[in-house]
Amino acid sequence: TLAERANLAGVQHILLVLSGKGGVGKSTLSTELALALRHAGKRVGILDVDLCGPSIPRMLRVQDSAVHQCDSGWVPVFVGQDKAIALMSIGFLLERPDDAVVWRGPKKNALIKQFVTDVAWGDLDFLIVDTPPGTSDEHISTVEALRPYQMLGAVLVTTPQ
Amino acid sequence: AEAAELRARLRAVRHTVLVLSGKGGVGKSTFSALLAHGLAADETKQVALLDIDICGPSIPKMMGLEGEQVHQSGSGWSPVYVEENLGVMSVGFLLSSPDDAVIWRGPKKNGLIKQFLRDVDWGEVDYLIVDTPPGTSDEHLSIVQYLSATHIDGAVIVTTPQEVSLQDVRKEINFCRKVKLPIIGVVENMSGFVCPKCKNESQIFPPTTGGAEKMCQNLNVSFLGKVPLDPQIGKSCDRGQSFLAEAPESPATLSYRNIIQRIEEYCEQHHLQEEKIM
Repeated sequence: TLAERANLAGVQHILLVLSGKGGVGKSTLSTELALALRHAGKRVGILDVDLCGPSIPRMLRVQDSAVHQCDSGWVPVFVGQDKAIALMSIGFLLERPDDAVVWRGPKKNALIKQFVTDVAWGDLDFLIVDTPPGTSDEHISTVEALRPYQMLGAVLVTTPQ
Repeated sequence: AEAAELRARLRAVRHTVLVLSGKGGVGKSTFSALLAHGLAADETKQVALLDIDICGPSIPKMMGLEGEQVHQSGSGWSPVYVEENLGVMSVGFLLSSPDDAVIWRGPKKNGLIKQFLRDVDWGEVDYLIVDTPPGTSDEHLSIVQYLSATHIDGAVIVTTPQEVSLQDVRKEINFCRKVKLPIIGVVENMSGFVCPKCKNESQIFPPTTGGAEKMCQNLNVSFLGKVPLDPQIGKSCDRGQSFLAEAPESPATLSYRNIIQRIEEYCEQHHLQEEKIM
């Protein structure tokens, strides 16, 4: 729908950060990449689709933030030194940070779809999408939901072993 | 009827231990493999290692079993044996190539896990160790659900010292409480590094919020111990060898052995209590 397309319509490039393996530094890299691009003067957003282990809010010191909705959807949390990086994470929707998100695939898929289409990103040069480890529901749903948009590609992260 | 089937298959399993985290890359599979090796050092014990990390099965490589295939017999699927008393099952054995991605949604993953429990002919087992993927999702819900047909002694939760890991581990602890899974305790991996040359200790992953020990105090959970970083651990895993056997003098080996002993004691005590009740 037009409303769905509108929220990502102003995003120039979408970059997925993937691994397969956990604990190799995806979230760390996503954060540093966003900060570096911002430092280079780009308009940047981060979408954290790791529903079970959302690390990005803490990495950007906004773990206690709450999100609210406006007419065009969820309003991202603005982070970074100049508060100009737009961040959306499931972490913001948890009542308590220690709450486990114990969901099966279908429920995760519904939330990811909402995240992708319902966040009022505005105009961005880069949207960085941080993913959980694996090749499962989150990954399939994220790629499916982003397919109609400008997907630049994926950066894969690993460690040497 | 399904529950009855699972119960029958798992009747000969005395103890079941789940290895969980919440966080990826903290050493669950490494720990599961070494726990299996450690327990199987007692030749009178029959040990089984089940790898339900369907997207990233590390156990075959860590146990030196890459390339092995699963055989079917009249009594079901045969585990792949590392030693006479140590059998392994993993989705890794079902792939035609180790680089094949298993891109499955939840329901299909659940189906395979159920099949592992129902169709693998484990025989009589003293310890069934279940290695899990990171997270709190389909695999975790399913394994707890299916294993309720037998009983689970408890979960060992693995973490590294930094807050970014502990954050996810607290969620895992809450998951265990939610599904009434007893927690045997928490293991803190990658806890310090002692340089083999100058013998100085460095905190590669500094415990900025007090590490696992503090978290365990706060959450009233047993702290099983710290394991230091030793580059030999990763090497042994890559080569499919038991680190405990390859580096018997390493401080990490001593830590692992202490932790394994505590887990054994917990399970045996648990068993005695159950027998008393019965």
